[in-house]
Amino acid sequence: MANKYEPPTQSGLGQIFDSVFLLALVYIALFIPLVLGLTGAGGTDNMPEVVNWETLEQNPVMQAQWEKLGYTPETAAELITHRFDYTIDPFMLILTGVVILGYFIFMVKASDKEYRDVIREKFDS
Amino acid sequence: MTAQATNSDASQERVGLLRVLGPVHVWALGVGIVLVGEFMGWNFSVGKGGAFGALIACWVIGLLYTCVAMIDSEVTSTVAAAGGQYAQAKHIMGPLMAFNVGLYLVMAYTMLEAADALIVGDLLAILAGQSGYDALDPRPFVVLIIALLALLNYRGVFMTLSLNFVITAAAFVSILILFIGVKPWQPGAILQHQGLLTELPYGWIGVIASFQFGIWYYLGIEGTCQAAEEVRSPSRSLPLGTMTGIMTLLIAATLTWYVCSGLLPWQYLGQATVPLYDASRMTGSLMLQIFLFVGTMFAATASANGCINDASRAWFSMGRDRYMPQWFGAVHPVYRTPYRSILILIPIAVSFAFTGLLDQVITFSILSGLLGYTFMPINMILFRRKWPLGTIRRGYVHPFHPLPAIVLMALCVTTFFATYLGFGTQLLAMMIFYIVASLWFVLHRYKFVRRADQFTMNWPKPLGY
Repeated sequence: MANKYEPPTQSGLGQIFDSVFLLALVYIALFIPLVLGLTGAGGTDNMPEVVNWETLEQNPVMQAQWEKLGYTPETAAELITHRFDYTIDPFMLILTGVVILGYFIFMVKASDKEYRDVIREKFDS
Repeated sequence: MTAQATNSDASQERVGLLRVLGPVHVWALGVGIVLVGEFMGWNFSVGKGGAFGALIACWVIGLLYTCVAMIDSEVTSTVAAAGGQYAQAKHIMGPLMAFNVGLYLVMAYTMLEAADALIVGDLLAILAGQSGYDALDPRPFVVLIIALLALLNYRGVFMTLSLNFVITAAAFVSILILFIGVKPWQPGAILQHQGLLTELPYGWIGVIASFQFGIWYYLGIEGTCQAAEEVRSPSRSLPLGTMTGIMTLLIAATLTWYVCSGLLPWQYLGQATVPLYDASRMTGSLMLQIFLFVGTMFAATASANGCINDASRAWFSMGRDRYMPQWFGAVHPVYRTPYRSILILIPIAVSFAFTGLLDQVITFSILSGLLGYTFMPINMILFRRKWPLGTIRRGYVHPFHPLPAIVLMALCVTTFFATYLGFGTQLLAMMIFYIVASLWFVLHRYKFVRRADQFTMNWPKPLGY
């Protein structure tokens, strides 16, 4: 027969501390990297030496649509020539894979340990 | 009702949320959150893989959501407890997984809310620019829209989701009007697919990369489950509202891709903030432009409204279960809404909206959703293993198990890789957030959780325990 676990009562101060901790975690882990420009897509630009619709490889239909949007070859050039950089860094790829896999393994193992407490108390007490 | 009452033993009577919603509200909640994905965000998949890449992503990610719907239908119809995937995780995998699933929901919806508010501000700035005033600061409008919608949610769920129904329907109609307005029966008259569609600019790796934002076509439709506690007839309203919602989105996504790819060069489309509004400008019709301006505003407002509703319910559920400070588990004594959970998320949404970095705010939302989808196949396999068919009554049994779980896992892994292509640092930042939060839960928070209260279903003991 399993004993029923009686959790402690959390003080008001403790609840405030926990709330602040979670908010701080959001700002430190997610917001600060964003505003410091540490995240976001890396890219390359292949700007031609002479910028016009032909060197930007825009056919007459594309040219007409760009002009309707209010762009000239000069103002559209950066948008047209910018490309994502899909070069794969094997170390970063493996690191990312290990972090995600490790997270889920930890999640399943630690959850299962806690789940056994739940089942024991629910069915054996 | 006071916080003390809310925090009392589960055996004591608690004031619940009002059961006032029907299928129409469920449809409005699901589509209202997701429809904005047709007005902004999906087009970043064009930037990552070209117009055809985005179309392939739309179909492949549609398969991912089909697997999600199959798995979710079986588990949701069986775990008849409020909280959607959060309640499923509590009953099948354990508290830590449930805590994470709850957090996925909160973060996915709060970041989406931030993106919605950002769109409202940007659209007003664009309008001001077109009217000759280039210096409009969008930030006061961001604060205003979030504050107004939070107030609406604070006051009551029925009024909130009734408003959502009206503005979501109007936004959907604006897409239909634009589609008719561009005369799709006369190719070349307005739509210029022949001149604008190109080869795949990055080859097939770009197609895979575009899966990241392909998620945006559908992200959040599973949020209909969050309203389970406030729906009059969950067994009828939830499937009906969700299925009609998915059909609406499939139609809207197809029309959106077709119209935009026929009017905008892919390089522009791939980074546009409000692509459907831009498409309407290209028609030269002021009337269409007005319709799409209103449609975009309505879609963003409806989405933010639904997001506040869903994120606060998930946070509230965690507070009630003591996964979060139990102060958040309180229901308003008059309006019967989780008012404290509504208020705590406002600063996060405002802060991220203020960055103006739409693609990155969206990526945080997508990653939280994706982690939730990765949980589902693990959950499904454990569900069938712990309670094999015939041991408990299931509302629905999905066919071909474990094929949908395997396909879903494979597509999730591919979409993680897609995110790594271009947004790898952000992916790691998000993982660090969830890892630290999980350690906090295991090492500190779990001691406040009542063990047996986490399992409320009248099921036999799971096999192997």
